[in-house]
Amino acid sequence: MTELNTLTLAEARDKLRSGDVTSVELTESCLKQVEGADALGAFVHKTPDLALKQASAADARIRAGDAPAMCGLPLGIKDLFCTKGVPSQAASRILQGFRPEYESTVTQKLFDAGAVMLGKLNMDEFAMGSSNETSCYGNAVNPWRRAGDSTQLTPGGSSGGSAAAVAADLCLAATGTDTGGSIRQPAAFTGIVGIKPTYGRCSRWGIVAFASSLDQAGPMTKTVRDAAIMLGAMAGHDPKDSTSADLPVPDFEAMLSGDIRGKVIGIPAEYRMDGMPAEIEKLWADGTAMLKDAGAEIRDITLPHTKYALPAYYVIAPAEASSNLARYDGVRYGHRASLGKGDGITEMYEKTRAEGFGHEVQRRVMVGTYVLSAGFYDAYYNRARRVRALIKRDFDQVFAAGVDAILTPATPSAAFGLGEMAEADPVQMYLNDVFTVTVNLAGLPGISVPTGTDASGLPLGLQLIGRPWEEADLLNTAYALEQAAGFVAKPQKWW
Amino acid sequence: MSIDLEKAAKVAKLARIKVEPDALPALAQEFNNILGFIEQLNEVDVEGIEPMTSVTPMRLKRREDVVSDGDQQAKVLANAPDAREGFFAVPKVVE
Repeated sequence: MTELNTLTLAEARDKLRSGDVTSVELTESCLKQVEGADALGAFVHKTPDLALKQASAADARIRAGDAPAMCGLPLGIKDLFCTKGVPSQAASRILQGFRPEYESTVTQKLFDAGAVMLGKLNMDEFAMGSSNETSCYGNAVNPWRRAGDSTQLTPGGSSGGSAAAVAADLCLAATGTDTGGSIRQPAAFTGIVGIKPTYGRCSRWGIVAFASSLDQAGPMTKTVRDAAIMLGAMAGHDPKDSTSADLPVPDFEAMLSGDIRGKVIGIPAEYRMDGMPAEIEKLWADGTAMLKDAGAEIRDITLPHTKYALPAYYVIAPAEASSNLARYDGVRYGHRASLGKGDGITEMYEKTRAEGFGHEVQRRVMVGTYVLSAGFYDAYYNRARRVRALIKRDFDQVFAAGVDAILTPATPSAAFGLGEMAEADPVQMYLNDVFTVTVNLAGLPGISVPTGTDASGLPLGLQLIGRPWEEADLLNTAYALEQAAGFVAKPQKWW
Repeated sequence: MSIDLEKAAKVAKLARIKVEPDALPALAQEFNNILGFIEQLNEVDVEGIEPMTSVTPMRLKRREDVVSDGDQQAKVLANAPDAREGFFAVPKVVE
């Protein structure tokens, strides 16, 4: 019999409904894996008691014939989500000891649908990073290794713990969040599926804010079908988030026909970067051929402002972060520095924030402070917002011309070694998001699908970008790509 | 635009993050690298383009102006590093 922890959401759901397994059995199977996987650094707060309690309740619901989509399915939750009574510290020392008195809307929706939480997952501090190396808990580690090489690799970031946990079958699926690529890049690095929905599709209420105009939650799953199931449970209007869209949530799973005949797929010239590895070029060409074979029309397109997306992002995201992170002052929650004699409130703020924030977070808060400061606001922040409008216009024009989805690489490379970028300029690390960040700036849905491996056997992913609010269509195109690629490789267990 | 030590110290002060004087040169250098990267934005013709305020065009919702929440003092204070007599406690603010 298949180990229960290796099931997909869809498989487990069907077995639960048919009475072949119970949620308690599924949950115990996952908890056992979680217990044996500390070397991956994925789960940073384990909640086995809560999980088993939720599983029993889910079993009772299933027996009573009330089994919504996620009922009884064990998940990992990114540490960025506030979960009532359970540590939620955004992988930051400054939120040490914080136990929210409330539940984020997304996790509440998942729990209302019967989902089970196994624990909280590692991430980059405040979701700022692309390698999960800025976490106060230490690194999350990629379950994948290069063939014949035991170098520890990054699972990507910021949702690195989520990606590692799903790829290693510690949980059936996980929540992630994506501000510049934090769902899609780690999904690509670990051979799983990750979708960032349209801005406004999922409520941001109760998710620790990084950059409010860019942040979106989404599922990280083993298959496209699972992404469709779980997104349906996470999405929906929430009066507590004024930017959440008051639109009906379609039945995403029901739309997965795999039929993409006549769909127009755009291939953007600007994503063909100088020095792009041949493997990535080939992956992209192969993916294009797969969609063409499935009956889609392939069209060359241009998104002329692509080059300016990263610099615009590194103005807008730090600016919003500096504002959002102003609340961490040692007064209402989390860490407060011990003070010297004569220290007043300003010293308390300054020492608390110096001790509580890691280096990357400090750097971004200060860059954000600078670009918003008097005399530079127009030159940096307003200019970046105008460039952002142009980036969005590029996409609007392409979609208006009839393109249904855009195919690009998800990342410029496969997963790199932990510590490999330590000496690099921060800008080098930022380049990881070069293919994903445009999507956040334009508020569009984007999905990463594993479609191949590099020469050393590491997974590689392609990204599909869709029209706003058309996640159902995007998921269907991703489904067709997934079927054609037939990516089934799994990491060899070493942990 | 280049950031010198004085400007780096001012930014740290504005951000309320204590930076030791011996860490300032490295910090200023990092700022300059990042700002150098951002300078590319000056190549873009943004004439006549409005700064984006909302990524998806939507009207902000309105609601009845009524009390819908509150009376949760214990919960509000539950995570405070120092709370006394129903208040957040902080070091002396005024002399």
